[in-house]
Amino acid sequence: MILVLIDHDLGELDPLSLRVITAARKLTSDVQAVAIGEVGANLAGVVGEYGAPILHVAKHAALTDYTPAASGRALAQLVETLEPEAVLAAGSPRGNEQLAHLATILDLPMAAECSVISLSKTAGAPHSVTRARWAANLLEEAFVHSDLLIATVLAFSVEAEAVPGAGPAKVEMFEVNLEPSDLLVRVLSRGGESSKGGVTLTDAKVIVSGGRGVGGPDGFAQLEELAGLLGGAVGCSRVVTSAGWRPHAEQVGQTGTKVAPDLYIAAGISGAMQHIAGCKNSKTIVVINTDPEAPIMAYADYAKIGDLHKVIPALTSAIREMKG
Amino acid sequence: MSTVPSKAKAVVIGAGIVGNSIAYHLARLGWRDLVQIDKGPLPNPGGSTGHASNFIFPVDHSKEMTAITMDSVRQYTELGTFTQCGGIEVARTPERMQELQRRISSGKSWGIEGSRIVTPAEVKALVPYIDESVILGGFYTPGVGVVDSLRAGTLMREKAVEMGALQTFANIEVLGMDVEDGRIRRVRTDHGDIEAEYVVIATGCWSPRLAKMAGASIPLTPAVHQMKDIGPVPFFADSRGDIEWPIIRDMDTNMYERQHGTGLEVGSYAHRPILYTPEDIPSNATAALSPTEFPFTQDDFDLQDEHSLELMPSIIGDENVREKYAINGILSLTPDGMPILGETPEVKGLWTASAVWVKEGPGTGKAVAEWMVLGQSEIDLHSSDIARFHEHQKTTYHVKARTAEGFNKTYGIVHPSEQYESNRNIRLSPFYDQEEALGAEFFETAGWERPFWYNSNAHLLEKFGDRVMPRTSEWEARWWSPIINAEHLQMRETAGVVDLSAFAIFDVTGPAALSVVQKVAVRQMDVAVGRVVYTPVLAENGGFKSDLTIMRLGKNHFRVVTGGAHGMADKKWFSDQLPSDGSAQIFDQTSSFTTIGVWGPLARQILASITSDDLSHEAFKFSTCRVIEIGPLRILASRISYVGELGWELYIPIEQGAKLWDLIWQAGKAHSMIPVGIGVYGTTGRLEKSYRAYGAELETEYNVVEAGMQTPKLKEQDFIGKAAHLRHREGASITTLCSLTVDDHTSSTGEKRYMLGREPILNLDGSPIIDSHGRRSYVTSAGSAPSIGKHVLMTYLPTDQAVMGAKFLVEYLGEQYPVTVAGVGATPLFDPSNERILS
Amino acid sequence: MDVLVCLKRVVLAGSTFVLTPDSRDIDTKHLGFGISPHEENAVEAGVQLVEQMGGSLTLLTLGPTDAEEQLRSQLAIGATRGILLETEGEDWDPQATAAALVEAIKAEETNFDLLIFGAESADSAGYQIHIRVAHALGRPIVTNVKSMKIENGIAHCERVVGTTREIYEVPLPAVITVRDGLNIPRYPSVPGRIQARKKPIDHKKPTPRVPKLEKVSLSVAPSNTAGAQVLGNGPEAVPALVEVLKTIGILA
Repeated sequence: MILVLIDHDLGELDPLSLRVITAARKLTSDVQAVAIGEVGANLAGVVGEYGAPILHVAKHAALTDYTPAASGRALAQLVETLEPEAVLAAGSPRGNEQLAHLATILDLPMAAECSVISLSKTAGAPHSVTRARWAANLLEEAFVHSDLLIATVLAFSVEAEAVPGAGPAKVEMFEVNLEPSDLLVRVLSRGGESSKGGVTLTDAKVIVSGGRGVGGPDGFAQLEELAGLLGGAVGCSRVVTSAGWRPHAEQVGQTGTKVAPDLYIAAGISGAMQHIAGCKNSKTIVVINTDPEAPIMAYADYAKIGDLHKVIPALTSAIREMKG
Repeated sequence: MSTVPSKAKAVVIGAGIVGNSIAYHLARLGWRDLVQIDKGPLPNPGGSTGHASNFIFPVDHSKEMTAITMDSVRQYTELGTFTQCGGIEVARTPERMQELQRRISSGKSWGIEGSRIVTPAEVKALVPYIDESVILGGFYTPGVGVVDSLRAGTLMREKAVEMGALQTFANIEVLGMDVEDGRIRRVRTDHGDIEAEYVVIATGCWSPRLAKMAGASIPLTPAVHQMKDIGPVPFFADSRGDIEWPIIRDMDTNMYERQHGTGLEVGSYAHRPILYTPEDIPSNATAALSPTEFPFTQDDFDLQDEHSLELMPSIIGDENVREKYAINGILSLTPDGMPILGETPEVKGLWTASAVWVKEGPGTGKAVAEWMVLGQSEIDLHSSDIARFHEHQKTTYHVKARTAEGFNKTYGIVHPSEQYESNRNIRLSPFYDQEEALGAEFFETAGWERPFWYNSNAHLLEKFGDRVMPRTSEWEARWWSPIINAEHLQMRETAGVVDLSAFAIFDVTGPAALSVVQKVAVRQMDVAVGRVVYTPVLAENGGFKSDLTIMRLGKNHFRVVTGGAHGMADKKWFSDQLPSDGSAQIFDQTSSFTTIGVWGPLARQILASITSDDLSHEAFKFSTCRVIEIGPLRILASRISYVGELGWELYIPIEQGAKLWDLIWQAGKAHSMIPVGIGVYGTTGRLEKSYRAYGAELETEYNVVEAGMQTPKLKEQDFIGKAAHLRHREGASITTLCSLTVDDHTSSTGEKRYMLGREPILNLDGSPIIDSHGRRSYVTSAGSAPSIGKHVLMTYLPTDQAVMGAKFLVEYLGEQYPVTVAGVGATPLFDPSNERILS
Repeated sequence: MDVLVCLKRVVLAGSTFVLTPDSRDIDTKHLGFGISPHEENAVEAGVQLVEQMGGSLTLLTLGPTDAEEQLRSQLAIGATRGILLETEGEDWDPQATAAALVEAIKAEETNFDLLIFGAESADSAGYQIHIRVAHALGRPIVTNVKSMKIENGIAHCERVVGTTREIYEVPLPAVITVRDGLNIPRYPSVPGRIQARKKPIDHKKPTPRVPKLEKVSLSVAPSNTAGAQVLGNGPEAVPALVEVLKTIGILA
């Protein structure tokens, strides 16, 4: 049996969890789910439809909001009862965090961000996984030496598939014993939108980003103008912040902010790996570059070959015209 | 994906400042169907141009480099990409202050105006953020500036495109080059093949890799130059634009500091030499920054941090001024510090311009394009000629050893005679052991170890006393010995034996041999077998390409003897003239023969004592050669002289050289013969005889008439440069090579000082002497003339000033000394009627 | 306030990886090294805390001898001292790494008020070492923090989930992992570099363990898009680009 952690925020399902159920079903027909804290009937319904007939729900008076250490404790107690072959969760910040607590409590290894999982066929032999490293630019083949496999599934590596004819999951509550230390870290309250003024990189629907090709700090004025027109934010590559042309807060990339806007315009950015790691989840990537073979082209949806100093002003004036 | 044209007149590989400049100048000179390719993207393909610090200090001790740099400044200025900011080389030591004076002199010799020595307070006034207490002074050049090399390159490319001459393709990788019958035919790329008459490799640190594809060699090595950009600097907060403050070169710490916007760039040549091989340079894709921007290694910069802190504590010591960017930038360095330009000796039509700095880029592009299109460049490039390299100098070992040794001398005080320590003892004469036993001081030329003087002759110092013109100043006494002058005087009394193994020797043979040497030589080569002809060799413009000696050994057999240093370039020049039908060939005999010279009043007696051949003046005339027997050896003896004495050059198979040396040595004992070093042969002996030297007096910028070397009659046959030479003969000579003697050597401190060469010659009012072609008078060669008790300076003077007895000044290390014209034209100062040679 | 920041020496990569012939490691011949993303923010946070509240900032890393380079460069930012747990250069799995860190921290006389980690390492991204360390030391841990304030022995932390911010408060001593955006890391100054050379670094040899998460090999992930549709060259192709913006709903 494989136990899948269903992550939710105050009862609202993280859809990545459904993909994990599908991933688990590819390994075994016996998949059960577990959720920590109060969940509604809807959630059990969806979980069932995607192939987990049983949803275990951890019950404790203190489990009213996300409490990662307590999640680990609850999972550990459930694992003791159910003795699954594997516990899987989504490769999200929360999924990784909760399973890391579990693995720590059980003193077992954990494999994060797996795109391929292959369970051990014989007792004592290791499980095999393929896991993402370097922001999924490298794949690692690894053995996990443990009877129980604890792993998270690389986000988006599996499409969620509903099981035709499957009904809602049966909810089975289980009591959890928690120490006060398990409850020390918990969400106390929530804030709204980021309080900083303007559109932030993480929130922006459109990002106009510039690289070395912009040529200098002055060149960013045209990017700001375009971003302003599109209601977006300005980003940049690491070279640009290293050169002191733009503040570090605007850096997109593995070493900056990871963004996922609807539109990412990369102007004069060749596409160092660490930059691509930060922008490749954008819905649409448009590249403006003089170099038709810049590495970023491999990740772009659309490209315009040309000097950004000519293309961007032309684009800006075209949009201005449209908007009247 | 773009595809490249299948045919081109010339393919320029590389789109850095050099490739762009060559493409532009080829177009400007009329070539069309030019194709330029680069593996990287445009406008910055990722080579060294992209990370250059981009500043230009024009003054260099090398005339060639200064000329190229000045031309580059002119071009950058015309393109609107030059910002003048001034620059100061600062000195922390008295030795450096003297060196800065020497740079002032070089600046004057090469025509750079306005440079001056400044006090620490003046430096402080120009650059307020310096701590003037750590310096003794500076060398201020107002003309220093900063260029935008990427933009300049783009503009040049665009101009060539506008002329309809050039197509440029980025992201094209060269996969191979096809050579057929010794000529480049084709460049193979990942986007198709290009047939081309000419291919130019202008790919900086990648050049050796490309040359290798065609079987050619470009001996350079990628090397690291560290640079750190710190800021923002509060003092520069109001700075607008690229640069406003003078650039500082902290010469004694091998560093520079330049304001760049609100930041300060700190660069260094002080760290350990960090050399790579061209294969080490990554691609654009795998490089973290750019292929030529390697990760900064702080360990290597630790000392430099402290040095920069000493000089600019108010900026460097500011905790809030932070490193914005730091790289180990890759640049291309060569074993002798000069660029690598010209057609490769291995492959016809395959050219290169490599190991060129941003400060020289446009000038180099222009000069190389002229060389390709017109046959020679306006600026003489002989020190940069790719053909200069001897085989051993192309080895990775040599390139790395010499580059490593030279790296920390980038800002160094390098003596004109300074010797390399690394990779020595590569070429040894067969009598090296005998020379070593005589206490020879070896200097290196083209890998050969040549005795410069022999310590076994030290006893002669007493004999000649002050006639050896002893030097008290350490600078002039360095790499020099009064023994040289003692050897000189003793040779003039008795005789000397000279090791001439470093000669480059090659034979021209075959039915067309005569026509080949006729085409190259100015002098008549259709002479009797056994004649020896000393001849200038000219470029198309009538300027000097070389001067050398040719022996006619048979109807179809000529032996060319030339200096080792320039021998490989001479060999290429002859090879370039060979007919394509194979009716003449060239064989390099350098390693087949060694040469011993015996000269002096007693030379005939010495040799006569060991040969039965008739060596009398009548039987063995000057300028002839023949085989003689000395004991068990058969020797080609040639009666000529570069030292102004009776005597012979003796050519002997190299394995018999030691035997010959010993035989002469034994015979010479009875006649007080001494071993004589190259100090005499190369300097003192020739100077008092007013013999010219290639690379010193003789350059393509000067012609035969100006050098005073025209013969009364000109041969009828055609030769390269003849048309120009005829014009030079007919027109009035505007400049004349003269010999000057120094009237008073006493400096302001009372010490006698001796010029070493390249100093400016000035009018008595201190103004420069400039001929109507804009050429300045400077010392082409300097040295002792012990027989006349004078220090002699050769210089070109405008013909109307080239008058016996005319007085001028020479500027040396910041002081001016009176000189007098003692010889006009080729008339020797010593033994003007050549009685000694012809006795 | 005594702060400890854990770092990892990682390669600074280009846009493509080249692997060693045995496919077990990245070929680092042309590459430099730095520390993991987010860890620069961790050091900056530590420096700021010590600037505000006094105390010390200790840097701890497990890695090859050359990792001293990374410690020195962060000491130049303003940290007090470093501890280098020297390996032979090979990767240690998360459990072994965590155990070595815990052993080193326990061996310290200082009882650190705060341990700061970067939210993830650039290279292995195992998402667990900080949690294992926190458990072993019996301390609370808050991860992915983008805003932090220490007051009266309490760490007030914010992390961003989607468009909302979660607020946490934990008593010190605690463990916190931070993300980029927490602060703007400073670059070193030259005086900082010079001082860093004199700052102490303890070298220790931790005991290796048999890895439970055992690396077998690495491969370069295939680029999974079809590549860009080229809309043309230069400004003439602007109309086509405007059309695209309309299609994806950015422009009406």
